[in-house]
Amino acid sequence: MKNILALISGSIFGLGLTISSMTNPDKVLGFLDLFNNWDPSLAFVMGGAIIVTSPMLFILSNNKNFIFSKEIHLPTNNDIDKKLVIGSLIFGAGWGLVGLCPGPAISSLALIEMPSIIFVIFMFIGFYCSKFIKI
Amino acid sequence: MKIDFVNFTPIPALIGGIIIGLAVVLFFYATGRLAGVSGIANNALTKKDNRATNLLFLIGLITGPILYQLFISSNVPYLINDNSIIIVLGGFLVGIGTQIGMGCTSGHGVCGISRFSIRSIIATISFIFSGVIVVYLMNTLGLN
Repeated sequence: MKNILALISGSIFGLGLTISSMTNPDKVLGFLDLFNNWDPSLAFVMGGAIIVTSPMLFILSNNKNFIFSKEIHLPTNNDIDKKLVIGSLIFGAGWGLVGLCPGPAISSLALIEMPSIIFVIFMFIGFYCSKFIKI
Repeated sequence: MKIDFVNFTPIPALIGGIIIGLAVVLFFYATGRLAGVSGIANNALTKKDNRATNLLFLIGLITGPILYQLFISSNVPYLINDNSIIIVLGGFLVGIGTQIGMGCTSGHGVCGISRFSIRSIIATISFIFSGVIVVYLMNTLGLN
């Protein structure tokens, strides 16, 4: 049942990405094109999500009453370190090159387009290679 | 800077965002875990714990555009750079960067900012900053 809820949650997430056009790399690049012809839509997507998640994650974190888990799993690291900033800068560079981040990249596999398939394969190779990089 | 009013779609963006938020809440309520896609995708391959849950979430992500095509519109806009070197490099950098920085647009940008995490706010500023710079350079060099 937990796995079915994960599947449902993933499909709702993917549907939201598609409705907001985040599965279209060109749309995302429009948001990053700040100095030329800026499309603020992505900020509305993040804002819309945060309006829902901010109060709800707070309430659920306090109740600690999860359907299929006895524990809460939240990040415990509070350090602002080099890894956080350098890693995020590297991620942003790849995001700006193509206009895909992990969620939309995986969702866009549904469209059976070769660039998305290649992107996701190399994203997973990147996941693997990250283990060998010490920052 | 000027705003691209032709392509700006605030209403679908807001509705899509709210739906993404509901998905994150459902995942958290079910599993006690945050739905950061880069973490889920990496864990699905490398960790035995919760592997089925993680894989099914990823399969769900793929069914999203299919549900959209079935119930909303058969046309899902998709326009991407046709240079395969850029695609390969982009995928690789996104993979490495999200693991070193421990999060992506969903983990830091949505879940982390929702929890007022300073780490996530700094990560989000960092990846938007480098994304903007790269898009500027690509446009200047005529590679987009």
